[in-house]
Amino acid sequence: MYMNKILKQPGAYNRPVAISKMKTLFLLFCVGLVTISSCNKTGNTKEEITFSSPSNFPAPKYNFNNNPVTTQGFELGRKLFYDVSLSRDNSTSCGTCHSSFSSFTHHGHAVSHGIDNKLGIRNAPPVMNMAWLDEFMWDGGINQLDMLPIAPIENPVEMDLEFADAVNKIRNNPAYPPLFKSAFGSEEVSGPRLLQALSQFMNMLVSANSKFDKWKRGEDGVTLTPEENEGYQLFAQKKCSSCHSTDLFTDQKFHNNGIKNSFLIDSGRTHITNRAEDIGKFKTPSLRNLQYTRPFMHDGSISTLEGVLDHYSSEVKISATLDTVLNNNGALGIPLTSDEKAKIIMFLNTLNDPGFVTDRRFAEQ
Amino acid sequence: MKKNFFYIAIAFILFTSVSSCKKEDTGLTGNGPLTLHFDNRVGNDNFIMNTDVTIESGETINVSNLKYYVSNFVLVKEDGSEYTVPQEGNYFLIDESVDSSLEVTLQNIPAGNYTSIKYILGVDSLRSTMDVSQRTGALDPAGAGSDMYWSWNSGYIFFRIDATSPASTEVGNMCMFHVGGYGGYSTPSANNIRNITLSAPQTIHVRENENPEVHIFADILQAFKSPQVYSIATDGAVFHMAPGSGTKMANNYVDMFTIDHVHE
Repeated sequence: MYMNKILKQPGAYNRPVAISKMKTLFLLFCVGLVTISSCNKTGNTKEEITFSSPSNFPAPKYNFNNNPVTTQGFELGRKLFYDVSLSRDNSTSCGTCHSSFSSFTHHGHAVSHGIDNKLGIRNAPPVMNMAWLDEFMWDGGINQLDMLPIAPIENPVEMDLEFADAVNKIRNNPAYPPLFKSAFGSEEVSGPRLLQALSQFMNMLVSANSKFDKWKRGEDGVTLTPEENEGYQLFAQKKCSSCHSTDLFTDQKFHNNGIKNSFLIDSGRTHITNRAEDIGKFKTPSLRNLQYTRPFMHDGSISTLEGVLDHYSSEVKISATLDTVLNNNGALGIPLTSDEKAKIIMFLNTLNDPGFVTDRRFAEQ
Repeated sequence: MKKNFFYIAIAFILFTSVSSCKKEDTGLTGNGPLTLHFDNRVGNDNFIMNTDVTIESGETINVSNLKYYVSNFVLVKEDGSEYTVPQEGNYFLIDESVDSSLEVTLQNIPAGNYTSIKYILGVDSLRSTMDVSQRTGALDPAGAGSDMYWSWNSGYIFFRIDATSPASTEVGNMCMFHVGGYGGYSTPSANNIRNITLSAPQTIHVRENENPEVHIFADILQAFKSPQVYSIATDGAVFHMAPGSGTKMANNYVDMFTIDHVHE
């Protein structure tokens, strides 16, 4: 691909000198290629970064035609993701509340803990499998991955910096223009490019190598234990999968799951739609990597999986917008025996992807 | 089959005659610019920032920031035909504090005699959800559009007044009237996009070597006036899109523009 680019330069064919230079370059290129390939085998040099969609996932929603993932773009995005200068006082980066080792959540924090030790009102959601989503945040207020980072950057309790000022800080940091050049072809640092680089990084955060995935795809002879399999059957029978659907384990819709019966502090989806029927509804989260993402729920109010299943079986609170799956003519919740709960938890634990949370490519360098 | 050919032939003849009629209409050729001067007013007076203004409710406001998007210009000729300004270069941010923003120049308008101007106050839904690479100029959230974009609820603020008022019970008597809402992405929500049509009191002659200027008055009192009086005490000093207050203001400000005169 690179070779083609060199040979296609206009006028190159007309000049013998240029041709011989080209030949030398080509030879050097080949030598380089061989060296890189051999390095790859020994793991000494980084791999090319490319996006691919796991076969058990639906089609991605992100439009990669407008912003394909490249190694350089990914690396720039990663540097930005971990750069505290995107906050007003250089204290907080995206990675502060979305750390790689906890599947890009704020480990152990019920609600996110941002600038000036301020607390938000919601649990930091994991940054994973973003390419398959088109509505982001617990209330779905953001409808494009590219536009997402502006919200935490500008939020007064997260990074508290006007986006225009954030772009200026990056522009004035001499380390960045060369990185923008290698990612986008010129040193221009602009808002759209900064956002596209962050999208490239986030789009690569694909978690699809759990025990469940390998079993589903028939890889490496992986099988679920009888209990895990039973848990998987119960997961469907008990209608967990009515919201936690597809192998992404979310229907990407908004539901009131009965965590609270008053939504004065956080009205959820209504904050965006202003509709009474959306009060207390929050976007269905994925169930992947639960081992690393506790505490759970939009407000981080439940800290264990046992607690989550206790909630759904016996602690559902009623309010006008409670999801119908959790309200059978006044009988609240989904009855579950302790044996059923144990098996469902065993199944949920097959959705943990240790390779994802330890992937060096995704961590701060 | 033969019948089809017959109809196609008739259609072709009709089409050519219509086209030729259009061409002969004024005999004008070439393209020229058209400048629209947005002149923010308070009733009959010039609008001056940071001065007290009495609105219809009798309350006073002291405005520190006044901005709005105008977009999707369509120019109507005297024969009723329309010219739609191409998408690129059809979005403008009017900012009272930036003199140069008050004059919007539409380039390469086909020469002709125009009698009215249509536009949107705000940003249409298509542009509100476009790819980030297309968000340039007035729509760049890291540039001109920086305080006209809601990061928490993807979308542009169409119309924005920041002020203080003794009628406000907020900290520092603050008022924030931020109207936006393109109808929602997956769930229908407030649609405060407003279409505006202004008739010119005299014909606007667009010619290859001329630059006519249409002087548009924008009376900010109208945003608080009719059909429903906006009261800070009852409708609120601060809103962000809120369908009640925001839509009320949008229904009012749709009538705030008039073409006062045209400079030839």
